[in-house]
Amino acid sequence: MTIRNKIEMRGVTKSFGTKHVLQGVDMDLPVGSSMVIIGGSGTGKSVTLKCILGLLQADNGSIKVDGVEVVGASTRTREEMMKKFGMLFQGGALFDSLPIWHNVAFGLIHGKDVSKKEARHLAIEKLEQVGMGEAIADLYPAELSGGMQKRVSLARAIATNPEIIFFDEPTTGLDPIMADVINDLIVQCVKDLGATALTITHDMASARKIADHISMIHQGKIIWTGPVADLDQSGNPYVDQFIHGRADGPITDPQSELLKLI
Amino acid sequence: MNKAVQVLHDKVPLLGNMCQAIGHSLLNVVQALGSITLFALDTIRHCLTPPLFVRHIFRQFIDIGYYSLPVVGMTALFTGMVLALQSYTGFSRFNAESAIASVVVLSITRELSPVLAGLMVAGRVGAAIAAEIGTMRVTEQIDALKTLSVNPMKYLVVPRVVAGTIMLPILVLIGDIIGVYGGYIVSTHVLGFSSGSYLYQTWQVMEEMDVVSGLVKAAVFGFLVALMGCFHGYNSGRGAQGVGAATTNAVVTASILILIFNYLLTQVFFS
Repeated sequence: MTIRNKIEMRGVTKSFGTKHVLQGVDMDLPVGSSMVIIGGSGTGKSVTLKCILGLLQADNGSIKVDGVEVVGASTRTREEMMKKFGMLFQGGALFDSLPIWHNVAFGLIHGKDVSKKEARHLAIEKLEQVGMGEAIADLYPAELSGGMQKRVSLARAIATNPEIIFFDEPTTGLDPIMADVINDLIVQCVKDLGATALTITHDMASARKIADHISMIHQGKIIWTGPVADLDQSGNPYVDQFIHGRADGPITDPQSELLKLI
Repeated sequence: MNKAVQVLHDKVPLLGNMCQAIGHSLLNVVQALGSITLFALDTIRHCLTPPLFVRHIFRQFIDIGYYSLPVVGMTALFTGMVLALQSYTGFSRFNAESAIASVVVLSITRELSPVLAGLMVAGRVGAAIAAEIGTMRVTEQIDALKTLSVNPMKYLVVPRVVAGTIMLPILVLIGDIIGVYGGYIVSTHVLGFSSGSYLYQTWQVMEEMDVVSGLVKAAVFGFLVALMGCFHGYNSGRGAQGVGAATTNAVVTASILILIFNYLLTQVFFS
């Protein structure tokens, strides 16, 4: 039996004016896998994610979710497809005018027509899954710490039992212990849901914990993909420089890139 | 001759730069007008197709309408009072004091109440809408809405625009009454007019059209104020600076559009 891909990207490009952010991204995300995209700031990680979600329109190429083309799809197709997704935003992106439970239950109330009473009950269940409970259900996002907001955001991302979950820099801005707690929660939640996960991060500890496959993006292209176990023996100088966090290497030295091209 | 050619030669790049700058600004204006028009059409389309977030619309009625009542009321009251005082100063020279009631009621209902209420609401509500939606844009809350299968146009824009369009005429109607009452207070208590004849004159001179035209203007202004707040907030730039600029632009464009549309509507109603 062949492994079906949940998401397939072929030759995806995206430019902002003269800035070519994505220059032909090819990527396969098998069903049930957890892929982590690593790469420096400004290399196109977030843009890749937003193109798949349809928050940004890819200029060229093909993005298929469950075999359905997303690039150039109608609003209705896109809205239907969005129901398969859950997303944990970098800053949490909680709605600050709504109490915590309503934030978590938002997708249930508006997307799946669950009654408010039922939705609140489900929201508290999800909050318990991420280590929080009814005590914070009626607070507002501004009353929570950064780590707690991330957890609530995670609860919101998994509330509708999505088939695909995206994590945008889930550990950025958190202390190392809270970062590890979030990593564990992500692994647990993805496992419980049986979902396909795509994470973008530049936190290697987080990447190693969450991923079963890792892709490295550099200058708008995927330059290496492999199982997490192969990461240290990738044989790719770019990957080596990145995972060891060295200041010198092909990523920061354009001269060596020129040499490579020659 | 050669010198003249040299001077011209020196000026040409300057002229070129100037033309380029003018062309650039013109293109920007045309582009902005196009974007605003498309946004307005999209908003109207979403207003007419379900689902509507009715609870949100009612909440905006309170935010935009009820909470603007004090500021609109105060503006109308003092405008009516000043109008009576100033027209007395002018008309007493021609022994035409009896015209004060007409001046107050016509100015208030036709022009001052809708325009001043529009401008005050642009400052209070337009800015707040732009800041709120702009912050939601910057903190990715608008993207979050999309990932939760909720259309941000329907959830954020439609309730505000509908509430603005419905509430401003109501505010203006209340402003009309308070404004005329302001003129009445000054005329009867300060200028010594008889209460009965002032009210009689007010009633005599006022026609349905005066009030109706003011209310239609108010509906248009309410639509514009909410639309500009939403448009600039929705397309806000990054960071605190982006939200600040969005807020300023929302108030400035709404105020200018109010003045332009006031002229156009006056032309339609009274020419």
